[in-house]
Amino acid sequence: MSKLIVTPAPHIKDSDTVSKQMRNVFIALIPALIASVIFFGTNALVVIITTVLSSVLFEVIILKIRKKAIKKSDISSSALTGLLLAFCVSSFMPWWIMILASFIAIAVAKHAFGGLGFNIFNPALAARAFILASWPVLMTTWLAPYAAITSATPLELLKENGISADYLTMFIGNHAGSIGETSAIALLIGALYLLVTRTIDFRVPASYLITVVAMSLVMGQDIVFQLLAGGLILGAFFMATDPVTSPVTKPGRWVFGAGCGFITMIIRVWGGYPEGVCYSILIMNAVVPLLDRYLQGRIFGCKRWNVV
Amino acid sequence: MFWLKSFKGGIHPKYHKELTNFKPIEEAEYPSKVVIPLLQHTGALCEPLVKPGDYVKVGQKIGDSNKYISAPVHASISGTVKAVEPRLCFTGAMVNSVEIESDSKKEILDGISPPKGDVISAIKEAGIVGMGGAAFPTHVKLSLPKDKKIDALIINGAECEPYLTCDHRTMLEDAYLIVYGIETAKKVLSVSNIFFGIESNKKDAIKFFRERIPGIKLVKLETKYPQGGERQLIKAVLGREVPSGGLPYEVGAVVLNVGTCAQIAKTMKTGMPVVDRVVTVTGKYLKEPKNLRVRIGTSFTELINQCGGVTKGEIKKVIAGGPMMGFAVPSLDVPVVKGTSGILVMTEEEAKVPDPESCVRCGKCVDICPQYLMPNFLGDYAENGKFDKAQKYGALDCIECGACSYVCASKRHLVQLIKLAKTEIAKK
Ligand code: SF4
Ligand code: SF4
Repeated sequence: MSKLIVTPAPHIKDSDTVSKQMRNVFIALIPALIASVIFFGTNALVVIITTVLSSVLFEVIILKIRKKAIKKSDISSSALTGLLLAFCVSSFMPWWIMILASFIAIAVAKHAFGGLGFNIFNPALAARAFILASWPVLMTTWLAPYAAITSATPLELLKENGISADYLTMFIGNHAGSIGETSAIALLIGALYLLVTRTIDFRVPASYLITVVAMSLVMGQDIVFQLLAGGLILGAFFMATDPVTSPVTKPGRWVFGAGCGFITMIIRVWGGYPEGVCYSILIMNAVVPLLDRYLQGRIFGCKRWNVV
Repeated sequence: MFWLKSFKGGIHPKYHKELTNFKPIEEAEYPSKVVIPLLQHTGALCEPLVKPGDYVKVGQKIGDSNKYISAPVHASISGTVKAVEPRLCFTGAMVNSVEIESDSKKEILDGISPPKGDVISAIKEAGIVGMGGAAFPTHVKLSLPKDKKIDALIINGAECEPYLTCDHRTMLEDAYLIVYGIETAKKVLSVSNIFFGIESNKKDAIKFFRERIPGIKLVKLETKYPQGGERQLIKAVLGREVPSGGLPYEVGAVVLNVGTCAQIAKTMKTGMPVVDRVVTVTGKYLKEPKNLRVRIGTSFTELINQCGGVTKGEIKKVIAGGPMMGFAVPSLDVPVVKGTSGILVMTEEEAKVPDPESCVRCGKCVDICPQYLMPNFLGDYAENGKFDKAQKYGALDCIECGACSYVCASKRHLVQLIKLAKTEIAKK
């Protein structure tokens, strides 16, 4: 008989893997992808394909340079970063900027910190912040759905002209905005899928949205409008829930989501930008190491929270 | 499920209990030789009381220690002592052992009769240890510090390890022994509240005990791993948390496994020490998985052969105990000991272990840790040799259940790393 294999316990493992988790997020984004192509046509498709492909390409090149094995999880995570990055820009973006943005996401935001699992900031959002700072005009030039004319987003209209969009349009998403953020219904279908398959924990989006509602009440804003507008749903369910850049503990997740909601509303109402989802998540990303440290909670059999 | 008692955290692995849970306990073939390790329990190694050439009978004490936390070992067959020397044990360690060659007479030691007098010393003399796997000496567990009183005795019939059904079958077939054992323990501990915890997947056992025994509170537990962990069981049944670093009696509880209760009864009724135990011999590709009553010291090879070997492929990995906390044995030529609850045979496809990747901080391990730890960080600190940090984050509270390694999406060897940290912390 051949030699027996000796490995440490446990001897069975759950079938879940990182690439399966990523695949679930992809599946969840399909409705929004379809909606974006319907509303913004081939422009959107070109931006999406360019960004996804270049993200994967940069990932492979950098892993080669770093002499690391290329694993399934690396490919799926970089493709997802690319897709999310494309989702939070205007369909008006030229392809070469998107290639540069992919480079920022993968090389700077991810690999400069050590690669998958070690990055502090959500790579897609970090890259978005970078292009928003470098090409502010392009980043705020939106195309109206089904047409090649520029238009303003509901949040901009509210901020600059005090005009509120109607709920149905915002729910369906046939208005100007970033490629993947406009259709609330499509995103919510995907979000439900993520929750049901337990790919994401409900705590981050729940506390994020609850805080937005509470802040709208306090600040005298239209609650439904604030929930449906901008990148909130995309951000709350798909960006803030990125495992790598969100807290690992349950109390940490509540606070993280609440912080995102708080900052989003501050920026939206008082800030210089009409939208605050991207920056709020990035700011809270920076706080995650602190949350992990102070919000571990109670160890079994201890009276007080364990604070290291 | 809200109507079932449980603890927070935990996992739901595939249980595969259907392979053996309907198989009545069978007597394993009488072995032609046994190898009996002189350390089968948590505690001190026994000194041999026999030498090569001696003739021994079933139930004869062949090893003992004068240390308090230890348990004597006894001959499980009659025959001639062939050797007293270090032999390979299921953990991979070499342990001083007594080899006995059978004379096939099954001769029982003269004078074995129901013990009179002190129950605790009878239990100690009989070498009874926790039969659930940890093998902690039972007499120590039953001897409470003088100033301590407990108000609850909890009987552990959870059997939360996948594949294992030996406790389940014992509950169905040896119920009267279990009840007798409970009565004995109840008197020793002078406690009146008895709780009997059984996981919801053992419906027949729950029904059986609910109908049969008045005076014992049956607690239906959620089927979830590690429901049978002492701390988790006490939390589920009584809602009390054993303090960090403390012992169950500090919250007024003692936990006994059903197999241990049955053994206490056997000893009290007949005087026979621990010479056998029930072992679930199982595996997806094992021809005929069985629950066997096995003489201590029988080799794994014999038992696997009695179950017909594997039907497909080759035996690649064999686990002593359950798949979550058991040991992968280095050779099939290792003996069954008092704590061997199962022998799980795996072929190539089940034996493969995926390579660990870097942590993606998904928090799954944190969500399920029954001790509310952060296994991801404990693993990181252990990997980087920062054992102080690991200690501050509660490494010593880890019960080594392995649930974190089970769920990890990146397939990290978390519990292994945490065990390493614990060993390093203990060295300080
Ligand atoms: S850290 Fe310890 S107690 Fe927690 S799940 Fe892992 S092995 Fe179990
Ligand atoms: S389950 Fe694995 S990948 Fe997820 S946080 Fe824990 S250690 Fe990291």
